Amino acid sequence: MISTPIYSPGDRWFGRINTALLVVFALCALYPIVYVTSLSVSSGDAATSGRVWLWPVEWTLSAHAHVLQDKLFWTSYANTLFYTVVGTLTSLALIIPAAYALSKPRLMGRRWIGFFVAFTMWFNAGMIPFYLNLGDLDLLDSRWGIVIAFAVNAFNIILMRNFFESVSPSFEEAARMDGANDFQILWQVYIPLAKPAIATVAMLCAIARWNGYFWAMVMLRDENKIPLQVFLKKMIVDINLTEEAAGAMATQAYSLETITGAIIVLSMIPVVIVYPMIQKYFTKGVMMGGVKE
Amino acid sequence: MSGAIESPATFVKQPVRASKWGEVIETMRRDWMLYAMLAPALIWFLIFMYKPMYGLQIAFKHFSAFKGIEGSEWIGFAHFMTLFHSDQFLRAISNTLVISFYSLILAAPVPILLALMINEVHSKGFRKTVQTVLYLPHFISVVIVAGIVIAFLSPTTGLVNTALRALGLEQVYFLTRPEWFRGIYISSGIWKEAGFDSIIYLAAIMGINPALYESAQVDGATRWQMIWRITVPCILPTIAVLLVIRLGHILEVGYEYIVLLYQPSTYETADVISTYIYRLGLQGARYDLAAAAGIFNAVVALILVLTANKISRRITRTGVF
Repeated sequence: MISTPIYSPGDRWFGRINTALLVVFALCALYPIVYVTSLSVSSGDAATSGRVWLWPVEWTLSAHAHVLQDKLFWTSYANTLFYTVVGTLTSLALIIPAAYALSKPRLMGRRWIGFFVAFTMWFNAGMIPFYLNLGDLDLLDSRWGIVIAFAVNAFNIILMRNFFESVSPSFEEAARMDGANDFQILWQVYIPLAKPAIATVAMLCAIARWNGYFWAMVMLRDENKIPLQVFLKKMIVDINLTEEAAGAMATQAYSLETITGAIIVLSMIPVVIVYPMIQKYFTKGVMMGGVKE
Repeated sequence: MSGAIESPATFVKQPVRASKWGEVIETMRRDWMLYAMLAPALIWFLIFMYKPMYGLQIAFKHFSAFKGIEGSEWIGFAHFMTLFHSDQFLRAISNTLVISFYSLILAAPVPILLALMINEVHSKGFRKTVQTVLYLPHFISVVIVAGIVIAFLSPTTGLVNTALRALGLEQVYFLTRPEWFRGIYISSGIWKEAGFDSIIYLAAIMGINPALYESAQVDGATRWQMIWRITVPCILPTIAVLLVIRLGHILEVGYEYIVLLYQPSTYETADVISTYIYRLGLQGARYDLAAAAGIFNAVVALILVLTANKISRRITRTGVF
């Protein structure tokens, strides 16, 4: 970037208009979130009569209280935490050693193994055989099924491998002089060096786990195993699209709208809080992978 | 940039030339730890990626859950014939292409525009704030986005219909109207991803040699001229590569999101190949027919991606990068 130069009046106006437009865009990005949040803390009456458009009207926390009383909400929240933490750790445990091995030019058959991995990015059997396979393995309706079936993907291995390849071989040579083997070199030399890259891959895995709903919805029958996103889908999408349920639910204090808002807000809070801290890892992920895909 | 989609050839430069078996065994024994590290991940690929490929044979069989994948009898291309005589499948293909095409034209330029605009901001604090806010929707799950869309468009209480009523217009139940579906899908998609997608263009802009701007300034160029004569031409290869990649993925539509928003009354415009497979296979248990649709989709997608890959590699070779 150029150090702020001296601008002509025309250029200064250009800068102002640009800034103003960006502010408008940023507000557009925020507005739906603000709207839903306001909805969630407004009275059911204000929400159904359409009086909420920006700030809360007739402030109340009854919708939030209603959601927090729902046992299934807490169960699904705990399930999501489990899937996110255990799922991410499983992913790292599988991805990091594989990526390290693939980054070594001396690995015989590296070209073929690399193809074996990368091929799955271009061609996969698709939804149906994948599902039938999970059935064969008895992983449907199982927590461990969710954890293991989505633990690895080729893209993350390649991301990690690219990083390991960029590490100077002199680190390995030095460790080898001291008599270290590959396991020790990975654990004591490469993993400490790769912390930022590992954080990036971990974040990619974690956010995918936190936000994923589709396969959990397809695989899990038992309500006690569903993650938050599946609970959300049941509560927001399924109910809203059947109108009778909507009428039945409304009371003075809360309505379907405010409940929807409250569920959205309560499930979004962790992401919105953590996101500014982890944002840089995603930016890095995009750069490392060339294109996020 | 060149690593847009990895080619397996980049995994290693020199082919392994094992003239003697003894040498091979010797090397493998020396590196047994590397193979031990690879084993868990490779077994995972074998079980969860390659085994289902073997299961794809049900597309050519009359699948019965009782007889299993191998025991079911072969029926050749019968399922494919059924599909290509099915109006629903043909409609799904055309819907997929139409939705992809519209998002290519309407959604793809937005991140480029955002990147150009963000790049013109000199205040570090403002720049960082805008970026943080614009990237945020990317991290919100599709279920929540669908929930927000439903709340906005609710026929009686949603904001949009409240506004329509205030203007004296009739209220519309948007989510049940096929003519509105694509617009809703694409615009909420822009809201969710445009900010985050601008990162890659911003990175390309950062790579431009500052000397170009300095000399343009000496020559008295305006900022507008510098954008059009320097920034845009310099990121053109990036734009071209990403466009080609998108074309390669034209059959991939966000079905996880569509499944949340569509309903029978909007299938007409909303049902795409993957949602069709989902309904047919996972909801309707017509596994064999759905697998046939899946094979068709995967093979066409593979051809498109490989073609796109080839073209993008040509662009990066002749381009600035």
